[in-house]
Amino acid sequence: MLNHCGYHGPMEEKNIASAPKRLAVANALAASLPGTSVLADRESLKPYECDGLSAYRQPPMVAAIPANETEVAAALAVARRTATPVVARGSGTGLSGGALPLADGILLSMAKFDKIVSIDAVSRTARVQPGVRNLRISEAVAHLGLYYAPDPSSQIACSIGGNVAENSGGVHCLKYGLTVHNVLKVRAMTIDGDVVDLGSEALDSPGYDLLALVTGSEGLLAITLEVTVKLLAKPEAAQVVMASFPDVESAGDAVAGVIGAGIVPAGLEMMDRLATRAVEGFVNAGYDLEAAAILLAESDGTREEVAEETARMIEVMKANGCTRVACSANDAERLRFWSGRKAAFPAVGRISPDYYCIDGSIPRRSLALVLRRTEEMSVKYGLRCANVFHAGDGNLHPLILYDANVPGELARTEAFASELLELCIEVGGTITGEHGVGIEKINQMCTQFRPGELTQFHAIKAAFDPEGLLNPGKMVPTLHRCAEYGAMRVAGGKLPFPDLPRF
Amino acid sequence: MGGFLAPTFLDSEMSDFIPQLCDHVRRSAEAKTRLRIRGGSTKDFYGGAPTGVAVEMGAYAGIIAYEPRELVLTVKAGTRLSEVEAALAAERQMLAFEPPHFGEGATIGGTVAAGFSGPRRPYAGSARDFVLGARIVNGKGEDLSFGGRVIKNVAGYDVSRLMTGALGTLGILTELSFKVLPRPAAHVTLAFQLEAPQAVEQANLWAGQPLPLSAAAWQEGVLRVRLSGAESAVKAATARLGGDAMRDGDAFWKDLREHRLPFFRAGLPLWRLSLPQAAAPIPTPHAQLIDWGGGQRWVSGELDAVALRASVAAAGGHATLFRGGDKSQGVFHPLQPALAKIHKRLKEAFDPAGILNHGRLYDF
Ligand SMILES: Cc1cc2nc3c(=O)[nH]c(=O)nc-3n(C[C@H](O)[C@H](O)[C@H](O)COP(=O)(O)OP(=O)(O)OC[C@H]3O[C@@H](n4cnc5c(N)ncnc54)[C@H](O)[C@@H]3O)c2cc1C
Repeated sequence: MLNHCGYHGPMEEKNIASAPKRLAVANALAASLPGTSVLADRESLKPYECDGLSAYRQPPMVAAIPANETEVAAALAVARRTATPVVARGSGTGLSGGALPLADGILLSMAKFDKIVSIDAVSRTARVQPGVRNLRISEAVAHLGLYYAPDPSSQIACSIGGNVAENSGGVHCLKYGLTVHNVLKVRAMTIDGDVVDLGSEALDSPGYDLLALVTGSEGLLAITLEVTVKLLAKPEAAQVVMASFPDVESAGDAVAGVIGAGIVPAGLEMMDRLATRAVEGFVNAGYDLEAAAILLAESDGTREEVAEETARMIEVMKANGCTRVACSANDAERLRFWSGRKAAFPAVGRISPDYYCIDGSIPRRSLALVLRRTEEMSVKYGLRCANVFHAGDGNLHPLILYDANVPGELARTEAFASELLELCIEVGGTITGEHGVGIEKINQMCTQFRPGELTQFHAIKAAFDPEGLLNPGKMVPTLHRCAEYGAMRVAGGKLPFPDLPRF
Repeated sequence: MGGFLAPTFLDSEMSDFIPQLCDHVRRSAEAKTRLRIRGGSTKDFYGGAPTGVAVEMGAYAGIIAYEPRELVLTVKAGTRLSEVEAALAAERQMLAFEPPHFGEGATIGGTVAAGFSGPRRPYAGSARDFVLGARIVNGKGEDLSFGGRVIKNVAGYDVSRLMTGALGTLGILTELSFKVLPRPAAHVTLAFQLEAPQAVEQANLWAGQPLPLSAAAWQEGVLRVRLSGAESAVKAATARLGGDAMRDGDAFWKDLREHRLPFFRAGLPLWRLSLPQAAAPIPTPHAQLIDWGGGQRWVSGELDAVALRASVAAAGGHATLFRGGDKSQGVFHPLQPALAKIHKRLKEAFDPAGILNHGRLYDF
C-alpha cells in the first residue's frame, strides 16, 4: 500500500478535544449520517491518522464518511454549529500532510464519492466524483481512444479530489500540463453549505477564475463534490529514449539541449545512480547501473512526428556526452523503461527504513548547481539522498534516506530538507512543484513569501471561509508562526519579520 | 488628485515606479478616489465603461528576463504585446494562447487583465494556462508577488491565474511571467464545405483523434482547420483529412483573431457565446461565426440579452456582450448568488476601498 502508517512519529498530541466535545460532535453527526458513517473510537480512527507523509500523525476527534451531498452539507452544518474544523481526505496519498487530521477536528473522508457520473466521447469530458482514483478515469475511457493526461506516480491510488486540491502533476505535465490545465469544472460546497460551480462545461466562465483559485487550494477553500475533466486523444505512437551520462552535469545540459532544440517532450525525467540501483533491485527496468545519471525522454504524437523527434533527441543526447543511448523498440519496452521511474519511491523505500521526499522546483539552468549542493548536504548531514525527478520542468524530488528509529536522524533529515528548500528559493525556484505545502513546508512559506503576500492569502481564505473552519493551519502560516520560525533562523543578523512581536 | 504618470526624470530602469505606484494607490484608497488602469487603451470597449483617474502603465515597459531554454519570459506589464511577440519570434518561440491585440498599442498587462485567447486556445490552452507569475499592486497599495518563474509551482493560492481575466479589478499588474513554447515547425490550413452543425461535430470528432489540430473555425458554409506541428506530422494529417489547402490561411487566422473579417465589421453589437465545444447550435436571428472548434461563437446584431442568456445557459455556457450594444443588462453573464457573494468578498480582500477599475467587470 502506498499509505502505510507504519511508524510512530514525533508529533505530540496537541489541542486534544475534550471527551464531551467529541461526544457532542459525534452525536450531532450521527443525527444526519448513518451510524456506520461516523467514527469516534480510537481503533476506527487509526487509518486516518496520517497521509503519505507518515512522519506526522494525529488521530482526528471524529471521522465522517458522507455518501452524498446532503450528508456533506449535514457534516458542514455540524462543523459550523459546533465551531469544529474540518479536514477533507481523498485517498491519503498526499506527501505534505494536507490531509493530516486535527485533534479537535472532523476528518471528512470522501471515499464514498467513487462514481464516474458520465463520459462524453464527443466533447471529450468526464464528470467524476472526487473519490474516483486518477487511473480509473483513463481506464474507463480507453476504449474511446481517450485518456486523462495528468499522471502522478501515485495514480493507481490517489483521488481526483486530492489531485484538484494539490494541483498534481505527473511525468507528462511538461507537454500536457498540470491538473489545473486539464479540469473544466469543479462543483464544490462552501463551508456555508452553498453548492457552487467553479468553471463550466464551456472553455471559460464569467467572472473571476475561481476554478484556477480552488485548484491547488489544499482543501482550505471548499469541499470538492464533482470534477469535470478534459480527456485527450491517446497519441498514435510513443517512444522513450533512454540515455546514460557519466555525471549529472552533462545530463542536466542534455535536458537544456532538448528544450533548446525546440522540442517539448511528453516526459523528460532524470534518475541518479542511487535511484537506478534501488529500482533495479525492485523491478527489472534494464537501467544502466554504471551511469551517474540516466535520462528518460518520451516523444509522443503521430508516427512520423515520433520518429522525427526521437532521432533529434538522440542527437542532442550524443552531443552532450551520453555514454549509452537506447530507444524503446515497442510499447512493452517503453512501459518497462517507465516502470522503474514510476516505482522509484517504493523502490527507495526498500533500501531504507524511511525516506523523505522533497519537491522543490527550480529554473532548469540551476539544475547542476542544486544537484551538486545536494550532494554536499548529503555528506554534511550524513544521510544518503537519491534523486529522481521531472527534469524537463525543473521539479526535483530528492529522496533523503533515514531511519526514524535512530535518534536524531529525523531531525537531521528535516534540517537537510529545509536547507535544500531554501536553496531552491535562492536560485529563483519554489518550495513545492506539485506536492503542496500542507503542514510539512509551512515554515518555508515564511521564506518564500513576505508578510504582505501571506496576509493576502489569509484574506482570500476568509473570502470563502470567514470562520477559518476548512483545513485551518495548513498551507499558509500565520505571521506569528513566521516570526517564531524567523527567530530560530536569523540569517546574517537580519530578521525577516522585524516588526512582529516574538518570544 | 491628478492622474498617475511615470515621471520622466526616473532612470531608465524605472526602479522607483512600483514604490511610487504603491504610494499613489494608497493615497487614492484613503481618499476613495477611483482609479482606471490604462495599458494601451485597446480594450476600452470591453466590459463596463472605464471611469476614474488614469493610472498609465504604458511607460513601465521592457523585458525583464527571457531565457529561451527555460521556456519562461518575464516582462513589465506596460510592454507592448507586439514587442513581446517579436522577441519570442526571434527565438522561434511564441505565446501559445495566440492573444488578440485589438490595436497596435496593446500591452501585455492588458492582454492578461482581459484574459483573451486566440484561435489556438482549445488545443493549446488559454491565457491563464500560460501565466506563471504576477507581481501586482493591490487596492491597498501593497506590492505583492505571486507564482514565479518556474513551470511548476504550487506554493500558496494561484493568485497569478486569478488575475487573468479579472479586468484589473483585483490588482494592478506590474510584472508578469509566462510559460512560452517553441513555434511549430510547420502548419497548414484546410477548408471543408460543411454546414454549421456538421462542422461542429466534425471538429469535435477530429479533436478526439491524435491529430495536430491548432484551430478550427466555421463561417458561411466553410469549416477551416489549421494543423501545426512537425513537418512530417502535418503532412500525414493533411493526407488523412483531405480538404482544400488554403493559400491565405495565415491571414485568415490573424483576421479572425483581430476581428478584422468582414463579419466583425458590421458595427452592430457583438455577442460572444462561450459554449461546451460540442453544443448543438443556438438559434439566433443573425449569422454566427464559430471558433474554438465550437467553444466560442460570435453573433453580430441586436439580441435580447435575457432570452439569449437563458438559452446559452441551458446549453451549459454563458454570453458576453463583447462589443457595443446596450450594456444596461450587464456585459457579463450574471452570477449565481452564492458565486456573486464570493466575488464580492474576494474584491474586498484585494481592494477594500473599491477603487480599482470599478464597474469594469460587475457592479463592484
Ligand atoms: C508513491 C507516491 C507517488 C506520488 N507521486 C506524485 C506525482 O508524481 N505527482 C504529484 O503531483 N503527486 C504525487 N504524489 C502525491 C499525492 O499522490 C498527490 O498529492 C495526490 O493528489 C493526493 O491525492 P489523495 O486523494 O491521496 O489526497 P489526500 O492525500 O487525501 O489529500 C490531499 C489534500 O487534498 C484535500 N482534499 C482531498 N479530497 C478533497 C475534496 N474532495 N475536497 C477538498 N479537499 C480535498 C485534503 O484535505 C488534502 O489537503 C505521490 C504520492 C505517493 C505516495
